[in-house]
Amino acid sequence: MSMKEKAKILDQDSIQRAIMRIAHEIIERNKGSFGLCLVGIRNRGVYIAQRISACIKQIEGMDVSTGALDITLYRDDLALATGQPIVRKTEIDFDINDKNLILVDDVLYTGRTIRAALDALIDFGRPKSIQLAVLVDRGHRELPIRADFVGKNIPTSKKESVEVCLKEFDGRDEVLIAEKG
Amino acid sequence: MSWTKKDLLGLEYLTPEEIELILNTAESFKEVSTREIKKVPALRGKTAVNLFYEPSTRTRVSFEVAAKRLSADVINIATETSSVKKGETLIDTGKNIQALKADIIIMRHNYSGAANMLARALEISVINAGDGWHEHPTQALLDIFTLKEKFGKIKGLNVAIVGDIAHSRVARSNIWGLTKLGAKVTLCAPEMLLPVGIELTGAKTSSDIDEVLKNADAVNVLRMQFERDEGAAFPEQLDYYKKFGITEERLVKAKKGIVVMHPGPINRGIEMSSGVADGVNSVILEQVTNGIAVRMAVLFLVSQAKEARQ
Repeated sequence: MSMKEKAKILDQDSIQRAIMRIAHEIIERNKGSFGLCLVGIRNRGVYIAQRISACIKQIEGMDVSTGALDITLYRDDLALATGQPIVRKTEIDFDINDKNLILVDDVLYTGRTIRAALDALIDFGRPKSIQLAVLVDRGHRELPIRADFVGKNIPTSKKESVEVCLKEFDGRDEVLIAEKG
Repeated sequence: MSWTKKDLLGLEYLTPEEIELILNTAESFKEVSTREIKKVPALRGKTAVNLFYEPSTRTRVSFEVAAKRLSADVINIATETSSVKKGETLIDTGKNIQALKADIIIMRHNYSGAANMLARALEISVINAGDGWHEHPTQALLDIFTLKEKFGKIKGLNVAIVGDIAHSRVARSNIWGLTKLGAKVTLCAPEMLLPVGIELTGAKTSSDIDEVLKNADAVNVLRMQFERDEGAAFPEQLDYYKKFGITEERLVKAKKGIVVMHPGPINRGIEMSSGVADGVNSVILEQVTNGIAVRMAVLFLVSQAKEARQ
């Protein structure tokens, strides 16, 4: 399937500003960074989580535990013929019990990835709360899930795709919206 | 790279990329066993049947643990107490298990090629857990996984396989897997235990264990399978230990940091001394732990491949 480039929604500076604002909002909502931890969903959620973590450190001067979650084994479409998923590593080497856990992903769409992530997290312990931070919310939810912290709301049609590129993974920072061609 | 085979029958039939895919997937699965809740829902609603025509503890239990950690249901069939005793053929047994709507058969059989034959006759997945002297692919995969963990790579490693090569499916699967990934394999055994033509696989042979150990990054010590000794040529036990047994004295002269592996169960005082089996060079129990991750990866991949075909 070829993608026709449509428009750049966020550039490098606006991505970083959005992440900084999310960091401020997380601190405000949780009254500081004590008892916080961050878990990014593979792949790009992990890098956004690391960036939020760095921003929190810059603001509060405190390290926040940051982990990575692979949700492949919890997907609800594993049994459907949707191509073969690759199982990647989950790395949560800290205790999530009684923490305020910020779950981080790049794009919030149907909500099914987040549903899978919530199931996975519960297998690791019982956080005091789980809050959701996403760089882009593009709408079209299929489950009763919403984000607590949003970098940018981008109304889309289902025919479009949102492509998040991050320096750590793609070599550049930008968010594009494209029409499936 | 995606997995397309419904079965895992042997490493002979896999490409290097497919072997790497299993190893990488296993690396991700290893973490599941470190959790407090050691279970993921990936194979929920699937049924795996352990069909073992030969005695086995660690392979059967390892597969059972692996399948359960993926949330599959596991049924164990001991052929000693099944209709096999009444003369049911292997294919009939397999077709009945398929008719019960099981998804995966994990089979050990004393005849070489039994798994291949069953896989051809059935729609459902067949995983070879050891067939005669032919292959034992998951054992070799966990050996290679353990080596990769220790050395970071397989390419260029010198791996010695010592002992009863002739009767060993573990040796054959290891030779296939290691040479495909670029390791150099040396087989070391008394001549009567080296099968004719084994050099055709690309492995070197030797009967000088001390010389072999000097150059080996790792030595995989095979079990002497005395239960297969039915009048065939077999060395005398003490004589074998003296000439080929891996002892502390031999390891002193071996390559520094040499890794000692054994597929189990160990005959202490025949293939290796107790001091070596429990010593700092031994990774024997790590192999057992890694076996779960490797088998989880294989179960996951074959069941995904089947979904993709339907």
